[in-house]
Amino acid sequence: MKSAVVVFPGINRETDMMRALEATTGNKPLSVWHTDPELPKVDLVVVPGGFSYGDYLRCGAIAARSPIMADIRAKAAKGLKVLGVCNGFQIVAEAGLLPGALVRNAHLHFVCREVKLAVENNSTFFTNRMKKGAIVSCPVAHGEGNYICNEETLKALEGEGRVVFRYTQGTNPNGAMNDIAGIVNQAGNVIGMMPHPENMIEPLHGKTDCRPLFEGLLAA
Amino acid sequence: MKAKIKVTLKKGVLDPQGKAIEGALSHLGFAGVEHVRQGKYFEIDVAETDKSKAMAAVKAMCEKLIANTVIENYDIELA
Repeated sequence: MKSAVVVFPGINRETDMMRALEATTGNKPLSVWHTDPELPKVDLVVVPGGFSYGDYLRCGAIAARSPIMADIRAKAAKGLKVLGVCNGFQIVAEAGLLPGALVRNAHLHFVCREVKLAVENNSTFFTNRMKKGAIVSCPVAHGEGNYICNEETLKALEGEGRVVFRYTQGTNPNGAMNDIAGIVNQAGNVIGMMPHPENMIEPLHGKTDCRPLFEGLLAA
Repeated sequence: MKAKIKVTLKKGVLDPQGKAIEGALSHLGFAGVEHVRQGKYFEIDVAETDKSKAMAAVKAMCEKLIANTVIENYDIELA
């Protein structure tokens, strides 16, 4: 399983993500700079979290229009697996790879805490080692994670089982519609999520709940 | 030409910043503030002198970058 992690100016979780990928899949991911015109040949590209371009204009808006994203969009259309986490979710949504948008948390506060996620769909490339309905702890750290989309899209996401992760047990930290924490595109190869699974895989993180997610990538 | 662009949240999109401004206005003693929605304003100077061509270009800029049409509307004024 070859992977790459895309780095934009202002991204700050790329090292955590690379460490998690290496620790769980055994392969060191490649680091790709945002001005690179082309991705190396990989099975998975991860867009990590942070504050690309200082969240100017809208979170992820500028990064979504960078040269590397054009190549990612083209390759995603042909089946490349893409995982966007936190700012990465905002970026892939802004790039049009996932429907909807992430807006300011309903209560205006930046939230940095642990939430409980229900795995609603365990047939994706990231959740195939999980049981459907399993509840995992996972940290969040964001100011704009409130998922919003139109009614038609929401109906499609729910009806087609494309809500992959849902905040549960009253832990919705941002007011997201239907407690949505992560979704997958129709083709099943692009996943975006606000929580940070890369920060819940080692004993030093306190819990290892999210390790099976990364281990599932090996089967993908 | 100068394009003046207003970007506003679509109706129905929650605007917590507008709500916070609304609260602050009432703390300041402004009575009768019923509703606040906040948005963004851009000024873009374009070299194009033909109004319809400039409008088409600015519209494309709005669609591609300036606004996220999933959640926002935009309004262009050219002068």
